[in-house]
Amino acid sequence: MPWWEVTTDPIDPAVLQRRVAMPGNGAVSLFLGTVRNVNEGRGVRAVEYEAYGEMASEELGRIVAEAAALAGTDRVAAVHRVGRLGVGEASVAIAVSSPHRADAFAGARHVIEEIKRRLPIWKREHYVDGRSEWLSGTEPTTAAARAPEAPL
Amino acid sequence: MSLRRGPPGRLKVTVLLFASYRELVGVESLAVSLPQSTTVGTLLAELRRRGGGWARLPTAPAVAVNRSYSRDTTELADGDEVALIPPVAGG
Repeated sequence: MPWWEVTTDPIDPAVLQRRVAMPGNGAVSLFLGTVRNVNEGRGVRAVEYEAYGEMASEELGRIVAEAAALAGTDRVAAVHRVGRLGVGEASVAIAVSSPHRADAFAGARHVIEEIKRRLPIWKREHYVDGRSEWLSGTEPTTAAARAPEAPL
Repeated sequence: MSLRRGPPGRLKVTVLLFASYRELVGVESLAVSLPQSTTVGTLLAELRRRGGGWARLPTAPAVAVNRSYSRDTTELADGDEVALIPPVAGG
């Protein structure tokens, strides 16, 4: 079953791996996004993620469903963490299993790219010099923005 | 949702702001009463006319209605949750 979550809890990648494991699937692709200690030349001490919680969860569910269709497997799991994270901590984890590696990679790739494109989550970086700033981010590319104009 | 219905001929929506937009305007959530058939685009223009931080919001920010991205021409309904979505930075 596809599984996803937006949570304040620390991420355990092994949990995702277990969620997607299946005897017939020889490939498990596991992606982690972690907090870097530097961004655009500035030392980073911590990152604070804020989400539009209910929508982030719904949108992540839609992304996971797309990845499942793309990879031809329902063994897709994704979690995005929110709150304050230190350097090296995982902010996002994605696992996809499939009989073969190409689909597992493609599914995981879809999830991370779409998270970056449209998940309503924001990031405030706290720098070693004591300042902090919201990252400028990406204008969300959405299904609504791509679809032709049509009355509902 | 426990929104009270507005007067007849009006609709009431809740506007939500996040991250940099929330800090710019200084508001997290706002109840707005609007004429029937108001679109997302018209609501945005109405909000910008309030001045202050509202006027400094981008002209056409991304908007989600009831937790799905929508377009300027989407007509609002009573009880809708309208979120202004700053450029996203997940991952």
